[in-house]
Amino acid sequence: MVPVSWYLLLSALLFAIGAAGALTRRNGISIFLSIELMLNAANLSIVAFARQLGDHTGQLIVFFVMAVAAAEAAVGLALFIAVYRQRRTIDVNRLNLMRW
Amino acid sequence: METLIFLLFAALALASALMVVLHRNPVYATMSLVVTLFSVAVFFVMLGAPFLGTIQVLVYAGAIVVLFLFVIMLLNVEREEIQRSGQTAQRWVSIAGAIVFGAVLIIMFWQGGPTETGELTPEMVSMKGLATALFSEYLLAFEAVGLLLLVAVIGATVAARRPQYADAAPAAHASDAPVGEEREV
Repeated sequence: MVPVSWYLLLSALLFAIGAAGALTRRNGISIFLSIELMLNAANLSIVAFARQLGDHTGQLIVFFVMAVAAAEAAVGLALFIAVYRQRRTIDVNRLNLMRW
Repeated sequence: METLIFLLFAALALASALMVVLHRNPVYATMSLVVTLFSVAVFFVMLGAPFLGTIQVLVYAGAIVVLFLFVIMLLNVEREEIQRSGQTAQRWVSIAGAIVFGAVLIIMFWQGGPTETGELTPEMVSMKGLATALFSEYLLAFEAVGLLLLVAVIGATVAARRPQYADAAPAAHASDAPVGEEREV
């Protein structure tokens, strides 16, 4: 069987890819996609730890994380629609109203 | 056999995750996010969490990605991303930061990694144990998440609503008021 540490390694790689994407992309929706990627990497490592410990509490935590991620995606995309109505762009470099 | 499936889906997940981050067109990036999510669902099943695998496919690949695609097509964001270029310094610094971050995580997992894992027990996989814990010990959290989803749906509807323009008023800032006011609900 596959050792649990392989899953943890894979989840670390996925998280690093998502972090790089969230930092480099300038399109608001692409940043959101990278954040979803990072959330999934974290979920994978939580499930792997739950498998290691033989306890299903970790699976319940992942269930709650998924529900919160769904809420976050709905609100975030609605905010991008509202921003697009006002500014005609969702390029985060041009949304610099609060920049010092 | 299990190792082969793991390696296959790990390669698929990493390749499609790179595609999500690197592809210029947000529609293609979203579709390759679906591939990543399916691979993670396969890992959930292999780790003894078939319920989470199902939820992953239904909620993530079904609902959330469709929401993303809908917004991408509504806002028509393809061309802006292609027009823009530059900021090479910021790009390289953040890629270097992500590499360092990933290396630290990998070293951490490699050193503190678990050595041996027990066999999958039937009560670990069963829906019954999960449901019992969810509706007894974590009932308050379950209700709170339900309330959170309700608030998020109402907030999203209010925030994405067409602003109440008067007939000719440009009112770029006047439309902020009802949004901020009602989101406190």
